[in-house]
Amino acid sequence: MQYITLDTETDFDGWRKAARSLALHHVQPADVAWTVQGRDADLFAPQAPSPILAVNEGTFNVSGKFVDLARTAILHRDPERFAILYRLLWRLKDNHDLMDVAIDPDVAQVAAMAKGVRRDEHKMHAFVRFREIGRERAAHFVAWFEPEHHIVELAAPFFAKRFADMPWSILTPDLSAHWDGLALSFTPGVNKSEAPSEDRLEETWRRYYASIFNPARLKVKAMQKEMPKKYWRNLPEASIIRPLIEDAERMTGAMIANAATDPHKPQKRPEAPMIHTTAADDLEALREETAHCRACPLYKDATQTVFGEGPKHANIMLVGEQPGDKEDLAGHPFVGPAGQMLDRALEEAGVDRKKVYVTNAVKHFKFVPRGKIRLHQKPNTPEIKACRPWFEREVSAIQPGLIVAMGATAAQSVFGKITPIGKTRGRLIDLPEGRKALVTVHPSYLLRLPDPEAKALEYQRFVDDLKIAAGLQKKAARAA
Amino acid sequence: MDVQRKLEILADAAKYDASCASSGTEKRDSSDRKGMGSTAPGMGICHSYAPDGRCISLLKVLLTNACNYDCLYCVNRASSNVPRARFTVEEVVKLTLDFYRRNYIEGLFLSSGIIRSPDYTMEQVVGVARKLREEHHFRGYIHLKTIPEADDALITEAGKYADRLSINIEMPEETSLQQFAPEKDVRAIRRTMGRLRLKLDEAEENRVAKTKARPQRFAPAGQSTQMIVGADSASDHTILHTSSNLYGSYKLRRVYYSAFSPIPDASRALPLVQPPLLREHRLYQADWLMRYYGFDVGEIVDDSAMLPLDIDPKLAWALRHRDRFPLDINRASREELLRVPGFGTKAVERIIATRRTTTIRLADLARLHVPRNKALPFIVLSDHRPSPHRLDAAGLIERFKPKATQLGFGF
Repeated sequence: MQYITLDTETDFDGWRKAARSLALHHVQPADVAWTVQGRDADLFAPQAPSPILAVNEGTFNVSGKFVDLARTAILHRDPERFAILYRLLWRLKDNHDLMDVAIDPDVAQVAAMAKGVRRDEHKMHAFVRFREIGRERAAHFVAWFEPEHHIVELAAPFFAKRFADMPWSILTPDLSAHWDGLALSFTPGVNKSEAPSEDRLEETWRRYYASIFNPARLKVKAMQKEMPKKYWRNLPEASIIRPLIEDAERMTGAMIANAATDPHKPQKRPEAPMIHTTAADDLEALREETAHCRACPLYKDATQTVFGEGPKHANIMLVGEQPGDKEDLAGHPFVGPAGQMLDRALEEAGVDRKKVYVTNAVKHFKFVPRGKIRLHQKPNTPEIKACRPWFEREVSAIQPGLIVAMGATAAQSVFGKITPIGKTRGRLIDLPEGRKALVTVHPSYLLRLPDPEAKALEYQRFVDDLKIAAGLQKKAARAA
Repeated sequence: MDVQRKLEILADAAKYDASCASSGTEKRDSSDRKGMGSTAPGMGICHSYAPDGRCISLLKVLLTNACNYDCLYCVNRASSNVPRARFTVEEVVKLTLDFYRRNYIEGLFLSSGIIRSPDYTMEQVVGVARKLREEHHFRGYIHLKTIPEADDALITEAGKYADRLSINIEMPEETSLQQFAPEKDVRAIRRTMGRLRLKLDEAEENRVAKTKARPQRFAPAGQSTQMIVGADSASDHTILHTSSNLYGSYKLRRVYYSAFSPIPDASRALPLVQPPLLREHRLYQADWLMRYYGFDVGEIVDDSAMLPLDIDPKLAWALRHRDRFPLDINRASREELLRVPGFGTKAVERIIATRRTTTIRLADLARLHVPRNKALPFIVLSDHRPSPHRLDAAGLIERFKPKATQLGFGF
């Protein structure tokens, strides 16, 4: 039998060193007795440390997962933890994947111990309550806490980083932690009577606790699951839990039974915002009107109507399909990836973007949500038709000489019927009132092409189409 | 009026906002000794629990409960006779610091009634956060309510100081918002959520790109919202459809569901009954199925458009799709495992890691933290195969319903 005595309850390094030597000497887990300095010693334990520990040579590999878990699990209060950890280590030597087997009884037990320690640490972070001794500059904050496991050293750095600007002490029966503003230190455990018994803010805190509680939704079990009764004796707010529960039903009943009272005084109502129906020009009035459009169901799921933008007497009007994800959020047309592609192509074609009016055939974003993203959906004919009056009114407000329809949806809106792009693209087509139309692809089509060569080719065709518009723009500029 | 009384009034006015999260933000602490506070980025910390089962993590108060708006469901509506109070900026700052120093809270959740104008109100709210961060170097968590249509510069500043921003959508449908909250405009709410998302995306892109200039900080814990359940007649399908839309459109971290609960001096136009807490719970379960289990709204709710109250939504889905079961859990894909009743995301990860080296048996279920009774009819293990009759039996659902409790003996 090997007798191992560790320095403290949390002596992971001592355990690690002993366990390594024991394993290298092939000492079976059943042949080791573990204890801690100061605990009642085993009657048969020898006084001198085991000679095996003196020999410290060689090493072997275990999963890093085990080391992390063991470092935490060793803080558990179960006196058997050192032996359980050694047994698991012993088995890990021959079975490197054992840590992944969640159903193994040793792995499950160590994982459960580590989980218990983590939970206790978390609850300590949550339920420590500092009480102030002295005021202002001389103040020192002291708390009393009773941890379930040996977690004071584990939990203390959290408080040092959080309350770096104030001196504090956390007293517990096992060990006390202190922060003087510069460094952490630890002293032996103390008795509860050494901790302060009240704080000037506690009554205010209890009033807050009582006021934030909603008596109409009493769920005592849910509270106790997260804040078990064992913690209550050290929580200043816990003294009013019982009266709050007892009073809850009466308060809820009163809220339901009492009719609403009439307002004491006529309430000041905010004045209705002025709606500028007499907008400066037709385009602004039209923009305001489209913002409230309910002509098809697309408005429901979208953020907002995305109206056209550009100079109000632009000679060229570019028409796209519909706003995309980014356009829907920003409220402006062609600001997303397709917009960037369009800007680049316009510049290359020699079209002055600032002199062009851009809009969409359909003015709400149509999509289906897929988790955190929205998948674009092509608008259908009823939706295009429902939106067409807005487009027509935009045309009559702007009176462009050329309308560029980008993509099939735009073409359908511009010509009022389904118009194949392949047959019509790249040439000027006559429209009523002496206007011309030009059909080309939508820039997002270029974005979707997977083959880089095809992409470059199609992009060039798109730029060539836009050059026709550039020619007209220059002609119009000369004429003006 | 003393600060304690104000606190009572303004906490009472704030408690119908369910959000109290302090999680998901950036890592911060005060080890530079310039101020006080830190964050717990992983899961946040709940410092106490009220007897309503809700976590108390933040000091949740309104700056003032005076409000121009007359939203029927709201305790602070203009026509209510609840007592009114208003904190000064200094009072909220001092309370936050005093509570924080004693480890009562993780930080502040500040909201406000709308007074004067959206911009004026937002400026007041931002003023508190500014003072906490700039003057006191407070490093704890701050959640600010964003006022729809507030000026862009104010929203940018709010995002600079806050960890989380939120705007409540309030009602699942536009028509009920018009009916219950005539001054609120769902379009304005959505536009502002959209603006927040663009700013969140931009901050995120800058973080990833690691530009030389220090990127402008914007609400690292993202945005959230809340919907009131049971005040209007919206179905669960409508509610979940709205949630799914909001998650996709604005990348919300959370949609909170708040069962409509009786309030002091309540309007008669509303159903003053016990709040539908079980329905609220089922909606949260359904919300989790959408976010972590790969379910679509259409799959979660059946033709009745309401979630069953007696069994959870995943179990209800499994009972409607018995042809997909039983599933051999030693072989099934992650996506399939996530759809087994009783299997949580962690249990699925444990199963996948374990089965690489060994076969999972009936006796192992407990160590995987899987509720046996719920899962057994739907799974095959090396030493367990449910009888096909049982899986197809009409009475299978009875197995899962809560046991009826005997109320008393008749004499």
